[in-house]
Amino acid sequence: MSETPLLDQIPDGPWPSFVKEIRKTAELQEKAIKEGKEIKMPGCAKALLKQLERSYEDKKTHWKHGGIVSVVGYGGGVIGRYSDLGDELPEVHHFHTIRVNMPAGWFYSTKALRQLMDVWEKWGSGLLNMHGSTGDIILLGTRSEYLQPCFEDMMKMDPPFDIGGSGSDLRTPSACMGPALCEFACFDTLDLCYDLTMEYQNELHRPMWPYKFKFKISGCPNDCVAAKARSDFAIIGTWKGDIQIDQEAVKEYAEWMDIEEEVVKLCPTGAISYDAEKKEIKIDNSNCVRCMHCINKMPKALKPGKERGATICIGAKAPCVEGAIIGWVAVPFIPADELKDRVKEIVEPLWDWWDDEGKFRERIGEFIWRKGMGMFLRVIGQEPDVRMIKHPRTNPFMYFEENELRPSKVVEELKKRGVKFKSLEREEEE
Amino acid sequence: MATEKPPWWKTDFGPPKYDLFLPEAIKKNYGKWAYHEVIRPGVIKRVAESGDVVYTVRFGTPRLISIYTVRELCDIADKYCDGYLRWTSRHNVEFILTDESKIDDLIKEVEEKVGFPCGGTWDTPRGKYGLTNIIHTQGWVHCHTPAIDASGIVKAIMDELYEYFVDMKLPGLCRISLACCANMCGAVHASDISMVGIHRTPPLVDDDAVRRMCELPTTAASCPNAAIRINAKKKTVEVDGEKCMYCGNCYTMCPGMPLFDPENDGTAILCGGKVSDARHPPELSKVVVPWVPNEPPRWPSVVDYVKKIFMAWANNAKKHERMIEFIERIGWERFFELAGLDFSWHLIDDFRVPPFMYASYRIGTQFRW
Ligand code: HEM
Ligand code: HEM
Ligand code: SF4
Ligand code: SF4
Ligand code: SF4
Ligand code: SF4
Repeated sequence: MSETPLLDQIPDGPWPSFVKEIRKTAELQEKAIKEGKEIKMPGCAKALLKQLERSYEDKKTHWKHGGIVSVVGYGGGVIGRYSDLGDELPEVHHFHTIRVNMPAGWFYSTKALRQLMDVWEKWGSGLLNMHGSTGDIILLGTRSEYLQPCFEDMMKMDPPFDIGGSGSDLRTPSACMGPALCEFACFDTLDLCYDLTMEYQNELHRPMWPYKFKFKISGCPNDCVAAKARSDFAIIGTWKGDIQIDQEAVKEYAEWMDIEEEVVKLCPTGAISYDAEKKEIKIDNSNCVRCMHCINKMPKALKPGKERGATICIGAKAPCVEGAIIGWVAVPFIPADELKDRVKEIVEPLWDWWDDEGKFRERIGEFIWRKGMGMFLRVIGQEPDVRMIKHPRTNPFMYFEENELRPSKVVEELKKRGVKFKSLEREEEE
Repeated sequence: MATEKPPWWKTDFGPPKYDLFLPEAIKKNYGKWAYHEVIRPGVIKRVAESGDVVYTVRFGTPRLISIYTVRELCDIADKYCDGYLRWTSRHNVEFILTDESKIDDLIKEVEEKVGFPCGGTWDTPRGKYGLTNIIHTQGWVHCHTPAIDASGIVKAIMDELYEYFVDMKLPGLCRISLACCANMCGAVHASDISMVGIHRTPPLVDDDAVRRMCELPTTAASCPNAAIRINAKKKTVEVDGEKCMYCGNCYTMCPGMPLFDPENDGTAILCGGKVSDARHPPELSKVVVPWVPNEPPRWPSVVDYVKKIFMAWANNAKKHERMIEFIERIGWERFFELAGLDFSWHLIDDFRVPPFMYASYRIGTQFRW
């Protein structure tokens, strides 16, 4: 009888099966050992299947709370994982994760990937995720004593691969493929992603903040990396000028597309009109909200305007602890050629402030709410803009700084009594 | 600490620069793409301003893969794509070629040798959409806090919805995602359909573990609902079962607070979220099924609910309509009817609301200038 009757049912059906991948690893690893290859985690794929079968029987996980493990010189990027069936299944007793920083846009040469696979064949389980949800390559399962030599082998690759983020640090930044393959990209997402990753290596590798912090970068509002939902600091391409129209291409689409029904009527602001006779469209650009619908519909005919840049949205996070958030607009527009500098000018004071005054495990969005938007804008040096809100506030409980008040006897008296007025200046540290 | 480091030693060198890994055709036309067309499910033709053409061919993967599979993919990329390949943001693998005549052979080779299906694309101009891969997390394969498995449920759902991946016969985009606990590593809170693992019982405090491994004030402070009291005399904590919302935050902080109950852990199903700004601004997902039990290995009830929600949309949405646009047009009452879902008191929000002020902040990037 099979040792894994429940898992045996998983490969049924047409979708590729992870159980098959684990089995394949077990078989080919055994074969490699017979051929004399040096493999440090023999039998672990098979043991993983046994442990998983047990989870399927018991309907619960058999992994324990991770301990602290790391590689020399780094504070993050490695996640400790131990089995609670370690006595029975010593092969997976330690089963730590190494997060490997992927190249921006997830492009690879086979030469580089093969080297990484060789390293992981030797030092680890031979199993990995392409990719984890933050974007890293997730190497699943090795022992504490192999972490360091495994990383050293990664250092020696050509080109070398570094470790990604974990814990209360900058998490590995990720970006859509942008200009590499997509005509909608409003700026160079890959270049910005690489630039930020290199600039902030220390923040990425050494947890030092109240909690984690994520950059994600999409070249246009389609947001193919879901930055708006998943990153504390989302950089989303957009534009200001008029949508570029190629009327000849519109005519081509008109031959088979119902432009009135599918483009004009679906524009959220009714900004498009179509002249069915001339087969031309007109866009009221002052009323266009840059949603991308018409451009997605007619990629050959329409292009984002020429004045390109990005919006910064802040604060997106999953529901732990104060509820799920989609990022809100913090900076409506930064021109494309200023992005690298401006992002740094915005994020560095923000980190300082959060680092000084944030509470343990307080994400930056929650921190900003606690401190107030006025303070936040002052810290990042951003003028308030009506594009940050859906509508102005509905209550009159506004703060005023002292310099906004008229001089009066009451003000004098309050001051004499030592009453403090609201201030958007950060208090100087002693 | 001042041990001599070997000459190759380095730290903080960062990822390989992306341009090392771009095929020639992409390097040449970088930032100069003119338009794209989906020529068949899984295959996108991208035309550059220079007139150059590349084809990207997309295949679904199970995310958890073997180094031996990666090597097979590399063999194929060497043969057809000059030694380059890429992955997408949704666990799909893409091959990029310049010779259209090789596409059939490539697809055949990937499907036969590796077993990954070609598909996962959508053709917005023609209004024909395919389903793409399910974003998901670790589950019982590798995490310590899951309330459900991840890969097994995804496999069961994708088996059921397979025909929509390999074809393009849906009215609009549909993103499905799964996270195995409320930490939501997969960030599933803005997807057309999502599943999240939830617990339904408060932590069963392991006093001994609390004493050994946890700091009492931090453990108590980790609870968003102030449900944890310190019992200083017994050097442990107690949980107010009426206040606890089973979020697991305390367990993340302290191993002495396990909240697993195989019979009561399960899946909540959400729908109607999106991240793109196309037409409708981004939207958070909403809970429509409060709890479904764990039924390994094939999770029939979760699959059934997801299928019902999916089909209610697929059969009734207008062209281009995503889940939330569809639901807002027909109304939530009609949606529950069409999907055959029960509405229960759990679906009425009574979690202390995110700050009131947030409701007026603009999300997404829809601006007038
Ligand atoms: C309180 C919040 C969170 C906690 C405590 C948490 C904890 C964890 C843990 C323990 C793991 C390791 C699983 C393993 O052993 O393989 C993990 C994996 C991971 N987490 Fe989180 N997580 C949180 C939120 C998030 C969020 C919001 C994201 C992304 C948007 C994220 C991204 C990831 C990624 C990319 C992985 C790697 C494996 C995967 O993709 O499944 N985490 N997380
Ligand atoms: C030249 C045009 C485009 C390129 C190169 C592109 C590229 C991609 C790729 C490679 C993915 C991952 C796909 C997968 O693995 O399933 C993706 C995801 C996505 N794309 Fe695009 N895309 C383009 C146009 C669009 C359009 C027209 C839309 C919207 C109508 C769109 C919205 C999205 C969304 C919402 C996701 C999923 C993000 C997530 O939830 O993780 N993209 N895009
Ligand atoms: S986010 Fe926009 S620019 Fe980036 S790949 Fe998607 S559609 Fe293209
Ligand atoms: S981008 Fe959106 S808002 Fe602007 S014209 Fe096109 S459909 Fe209308
Ligand atoms: S969602 Fe929860 S259970 Fe799943 S991998 Fe993330 S932390 Fe672990
Ligand atoms: S599970 Fe969440 S709500 Fe319950 S006691 Fe722990 S932290 Fe508090």
